[in-house]
Amino acid sequence: MDMKAAPKHKMGLKERYAAMTRGLDWETSYQPMDKVYPFDKYEGIVIHDWDKWQDPFRLTMDAYWKYQAEKERKLYAIIDAYAQNNGHLNVTDARYINTVKLFLQGVTPLEYMAHRGFAHVGRALRGPGPRIACQMQALDELRHAQTQVHAMSNYNRYYNGLHDWRHMYERVWYLSVPKSFFEDAVSAGPFEFLVAVGFSFEYVLTNLLFVPFVSGAAYNGDMNTMTFGFSAQSDEARHMTLGLECIKFLLEQDPANVPIVQRWLDKWCWRGVRLLSLVAMMMDYMLPKRVMSWKEAWEMYFEEAGGALFKDLARYGIREPKCMQQVRLEKDHLSHQVWTTFYNYGAAAAFHTWIPDADEMDWLSQKYPESFDKYYRPRMEYWREQAALGNRYYNKTLPMLCQTCQIPMLFTEPGDPTKICYRETSYLGDKFHFCSDHCKEIFEYEPEKYIQAWLPVHQIYQGNCFEPGTDPTAPGFDPLAAVLQHYHLNFGRDNLDFEGSEDQRNFAAWKGAVTRNQVG
Amino acid sequence: MHIDLQTINIKPLRQTYDNVARHIGGDKPATRYQEATLGLQPTSNFHYRPSWDPDHEIFDASRTALVMADWYAFKDPRQYYYGSYTLARARQQEAAESAFEFVEERNLCDALDAGLAAAARDLLVPLRHVAWGANMNHSSMCAYGYGTAITQPCLFQAMDQLGIAQYLTRTGLLLGGPALLDAGKQAWIEGAEWQPLRHLVEDCLVIEDWFEMFVAQNLAIDGQLYPLVYGSLVEGDFAGRGGIALSMLTGFMRDWHAETLRWVDAQIRTAVGESEANKALVQGWLDRYRGRARDALAGLARRASPAQADAMLDDCDSQFRARIAKLGLSA
Repeated sequence: MDMKAAPKHKMGLKERYAAMTRGLDWETSYQPMDKVYPFDKYEGIVIHDWDKWQDPFRLTMDAYWKYQAEKERKLYAIIDAYAQNNGHLNVTDARYINTVKLFLQGVTPLEYMAHRGFAHVGRALRGPGPRIACQMQALDELRHAQTQVHAMSNYNRYYNGLHDWRHMYERVWYLSVPKSFFEDAVSAGPFEFLVAVGFSFEYVLTNLLFVPFVSGAAYNGDMNTMTFGFSAQSDEARHMTLGLECIKFLLEQDPANVPIVQRWLDKWCWRGVRLLSLVAMMMDYMLPKRVMSWKEAWEMYFEEAGGALFKDLARYGIREPKCMQQVRLEKDHLSHQVWTTFYNYGAAAAFHTWIPDADEMDWLSQKYPESFDKYYRPRMEYWREQAALGNRYYNKTLPMLCQTCQIPMLFTEPGDPTKICYRETSYLGDKFHFCSDHCKEIFEYEPEKYIQAWLPVHQIYQGNCFEPGTDPTAPGFDPLAAVLQHYHLNFGRDNLDFEGSEDQRNFAAWKGAVTRNQVG
Repeated sequence: MHIDLQTINIKPLRQTYDNVARHIGGDKPATRYQEATLGLQPTSNFHYRPSWDPDHEIFDASRTALVMADWYAFKDPRQYYYGSYTLARARQQEAAESAFEFVEERNLCDALDAGLAAAARDLLVPLRHVAWGANMNHSSMCAYGYGTAITQPCLFQAMDQLGIAQYLTRTGLLLGGPALLDAGKQAWIEGAEWQPLRHLVEDCLVIEDWFEMFVAQNLAIDGQLYPLVYGSLVEGDFAGRGGIALSMLTGFMRDWHAETLRWVDAQIRTAVGESEANKALVQGWLDRYRGRARDALAGLARRASPAQADAMLDDCDSQFRARIAKLGLSA
């Protein structure tokens, strides 16, 4: 190339970043573009001009390596110090560690799934701008999965329930809720994945998922979890801007995209809300030192912040998600119904359960004046009395699950907290059950997808959740014991009440050992 | 003198996670690499088939013809997980940054001999598109591959190739400004000399078997491109013609290739060592792409350095054959 006389031209940042990313791309001709990018048309999304994509952040790889390495250095210094100093003994109360178990079992695997999902979308989209942004997010999500595994490794060394989280994630009944949620997104097309994960999950709901765990850690002396949470925050900020840019880009490209996106928003906000019921219970019941109630968090982050967001999107013809009304009716009940279910099924969960103490019940009364004393306190007080009499009852039967969200049918009718909500529909001669109108509607739009669901209860009944060689016809066969064995859940150590658990005993003994001097 | 700082020791209940213990022969202290990698990817009870690939599960070992008894046999000799990877690259980018600063501050690119500068522009600028293709392919391998042990470094490799494309872009800007980038892209799309390589790169973008893609990209293309372009041509011939600056600007690529070659070889060795069937597959894939890559690169080398090209090509070819022979294959 005879370029010697090329004038020196100072590029602006935006132009320079474009040269560093989309300038690298070209229209292929030896292979048709539709073969190189086979996945970005079948969902019906119309993109006229990928160049209209506004890069939400401009980070070249050298800068990425530099900033991220700095963050990693600081984070691992704290994780190491925390482990060396037996930091786990500084948490408010050993009950707190159960939130860490729930996080490792149910959230960390999602970070990993996001990593692989964004690698897929980071290859699938034909626009180079979003492709790069997705690849960086794929890398960040790997970071989150791995820093969580590393940070929690120290808890695993001293406490039960964390030892086989990966195995449990694929099998245990309540973990099929987060697992199916994310697999729903990953198995969808690349644009739906972006709306589901990039926008609904990372933008609309992140303050209700990730943040409560991290704030909960900060409030309860868990510097370990707090530090990886804070360290991940600047990554999350990037992911949020990607999610928002993505939705605006889709809506601006073609009016035909609006109803498709609206349907995805309806679906994924509801799927997210159902997933968050685990967080609701964590916030109201599992944190010894509460940050705020689930209801307050919902009002602040979803009704107010989310409301403003959907007003902003109204100019594209987007309305707020359909489920808003139902969630408003549920917010006084959600956490109580979920926690009582886990208390009921405490023999089959890989964390401990308990009845809140008197102070905690008073806190709940104060935070839920409309519902707690009327509907939930009496049950809990009754269970506490029964437990004191030696009648602690663990439910060993199997609940019916919702075909879509896979949560046991525990939610009540919107507006009537005394009646369980059941919905059903038929497809190809089979009957399917749902926890709500929204889950039913999601199923009915894509029944061929949701009939594939691996429902833990169905699988147990079909004999798929026993170790090889198990004979369910043998006399005295204990199905729960056989299922827990398959889950790698150690009976009496990972499950049952916190009161009397090995975790409780060890924590007390170790705490004594580090704060008192031994005599004799 | 030994200083004996005391900390309170509590005997742990266990050393590591069970998914890690199963891979390292029992419950014992595990490294960060092991905890971050072994058994991390979900393997069973998937709920829905991907709408974009209904013939497979979300993660499915049968997306390649390669068969492994244990997909975690693919170890990364560098032991990279996110943290150790970014720390290593952060150090390398610091070195690259100083090299760019050094060259920029002294306007060393302006001082290049005209013929050499033209040869460098012709050769290096379109290569940003080759790196971009490698970026896309590694994103594919990460997405559709099986087992964190090999999918994780594939994403690192994807991001590295983006970094390389960006270093080449900066080099292009130093050599001729934004107009040179446009001219380089035009040469990539239309220039006769680039078509064999572009054809090969585009064919690789649509390879369906991800391990075939691994062999094509990392062994056949980059295994021949890096030693020839960044070694023989830039560091050898160009530097000898007064182009030390060009050698400095591409230092990242040489260090990177030396490092990633260890990883690539370890993966190939593991795949080939597993079975005769795997060995035959990998050999077949190598045969399919190796000659095309060599011929495409030979044309570029002859243009960049007409006098030296043949000797360089022979030299690179025999080095490549030696490398392949060490992997138990033939080239």
